[in-house]
Amino acid sequence: MSTRIRLTDVTKDYGLAVPAVDNVSLTIEPGEFMTLLGPSGSGKTTTLNLIAGFETLTAGTIAFDDADVSTLPPHKRNLGMLFQNYALFPHMTVAQNVAYPLRERKVPKPDITRRVAEVLDLVQLTGRDGHYPSQLSGGQQQRVALARAIVFGPAALLLDEPLGALDRNLRGVLQAEIHRIHQEVGTTFVFVTHDQEEAMNLSDRIALFNNGKIEQVGTPEALYQRPETLFTARFLGDSNVFPLDKPFDGKAVWEDSVWAVDPGTVAAPTASALVVRPEDMRLSTSSVPGTNSVGATVRAVEYMGAYRTVVLALGRSGLTGRARLGPEDTAIAAGQTVVASWPVARQRLVLS
Amino acid sequence: MTATQIATPRAQRRVRGVDPVPWWLKLIGGVVGLYFVLPTLFVIPMSFSTATTFQFPPQGFSLKLYENFFTNPVWLDALRNSVVVATLASLLATVVGTAAAVGLHNLRGRLARFARTVLMISMVTPAIVIAVAVYISFLQWQLVGTLAGYVLAHAAIGVPFVLVSVTSALGGFDARLLRAASSLGATPLRGFVTVTMPLISRGVITGAVFAFVTSFDEVVIALFLRSPALQTLPVQMYNSVTVEIDPTIAASSSVVVTAVTLICLVLQFVGGRRKSS
Repeated sequence: MSTRIRLTDVTKDYGLAVPAVDNVSLTIEPGEFMTLLGPSGSGKTTTLNLIAGFETLTAGTIAFDDADVSTLPPHKRNLGMLFQNYALFPHMTVAQNVAYPLRERKVPKPDITRRVAEVLDLVQLTGRDGHYPSQLSGGQQQRVALARAIVFGPAALLLDEPLGALDRNLRGVLQAEIHRIHQEVGTTFVFVTHDQEEAMNLSDRIALFNNGKIEQVGTPEALYQRPETLFTARFLGDSNVFPLDKPFDGKAVWEDSVWAVDPGTVAAPTASALVVRPEDMRLSTSSVPGTNSVGATVRAVEYMGAYRTVVLALGRSGLTGRARLGPEDTAIAAGQTVVASWPVARQRLVLS
Repeated sequence: MTATQIATPRAQRRVRGVDPVPWWLKLIGGVVGLYFVLPTLFVIPMSFSTATTFQFPPQGFSLKLYENFFTNPVWLDALRNSVVVATLASLLATVVGTAAAVGLHNLRGRLARFARTVLMISMVTPAIVIAVAVYISFLQWQLVGTLAGYVLAHAAIGVPFVLVSVTSALGGFDARLLRAASSLGATPLRGFVTVTMPLISRGVITGAVFAFVTSFDEVVIALFLRSPALQTLPVQMYNSVTVEIDPTIAASSSVVVTAVTLICLVLQFVGGRRKSS
């Protein structure tokens, strides 16, 4: 029931300046929740459409388990798909919508009735079978679409920004729903989003797209804690970025500072930017032994509820940076001169 | 087209907050309406007349003309021919017009515009020009006076009506639904049958009715194609006035008017119900 999806050197070129998808290779493991994350135009949706078969490959191959499906039309790929606009059939009731893939597969009538009831129960829409999509709320419509996409036991479920059209509260509820259904069904999920928080919450692994290429693949934790490039560091969460004066050669040098480096935190030998997360930044009046530090001026303190963000001007050039403070650190005020320091192990040297 | 406007529910207009219609506009509307309907209404009282020539106001009351119409084989054959021709022609026009509309809907650019123009051309060409062209070519192909000839010619002039109404129906059709259908296992053909067709059916039915009525009512081409063995009702009506001076035409006209009105009412009813669900 769950399928390994293997993309090998996949390229989609519309004849524009840059290919929409540029030589992408990615293996999605059976039962995995894989998120294709990236800004708009980065190639994530095109990649999903290539997997679904809505677009034809310019080069490369796509295989489900060991079967090459590169030239298979969408209706033969046996994939469920969730669309941002739900794409429910407006002339069919909820039950008819959900029964659609089973009818197309010529499943016997009694089985259809039973499976539709089961799956409507799974998405908690029992009793709505006679309603038309227009009589349901957005969240309910997306549940129907979800039921319809999994009722036939697809090889994998593709989700194309399915929560994009919902308001914030409902998004949270449906996120939990999707997570629960992934656990229960155990099918391979391929989820496209530009929302990094959504990606972090749901995914087993994230493939971060940039300009048609995969920037980095890994668990949400790996991408956040151990970014390899500046793009990854900036796309997932906030970062303080120090563009080093020269590529790393055993020492990290920026302006007047020479910082100690733990070899385990260097992404590549030619790394040329040093990244520190705001929550790893500590502010004090004098430098703390065993840490790397830089002089800074407090520009502003932003109250965020659970914590406060201090906006800093770092070093001689006044590079903008951020530190996160707990509610107890109330002594910091705008205009103050401080030392910003961080543990050597918490910094990361990345390619810029 | 017209049928779509008729089908707009009144409630929807009220929601948009249109000002109440002033009395003078109602008056003008009433006059224009009368202007359209009056000739038709003259014919109905005349059909119950006892006179043997055309007279207005009609004299007496009888069903004599209806008896003539429904017992005279010339009239009955003509009616039957018209119904057969119009049914087949509108079927053919509906298939071709719908296929063309769906195909052209997905195409952009010069070729698509050109193809659309070619398909629409019979709508703007004077009927007599089409009739002569059809007559000359059908003479060669030996289609004059044949059922196939009538059907082909009338289907050609019916296609634009179907093309227009189906194209406008497709304007409100979300093509992403077809992606959904294919992801759910439907072949392109099954997707068309189960998703596209039900959602554009109003446009298809409207087009089919227009094509039917166009054929049913077509007289110029039919005059050229007629043979003693095969002529349509409008041609027989034309004959009855110009050659025979037969008042039965009043009865046949009334029958046609009633039939066409019923068709339009049914269409409107179907459309209205679909919208409210």
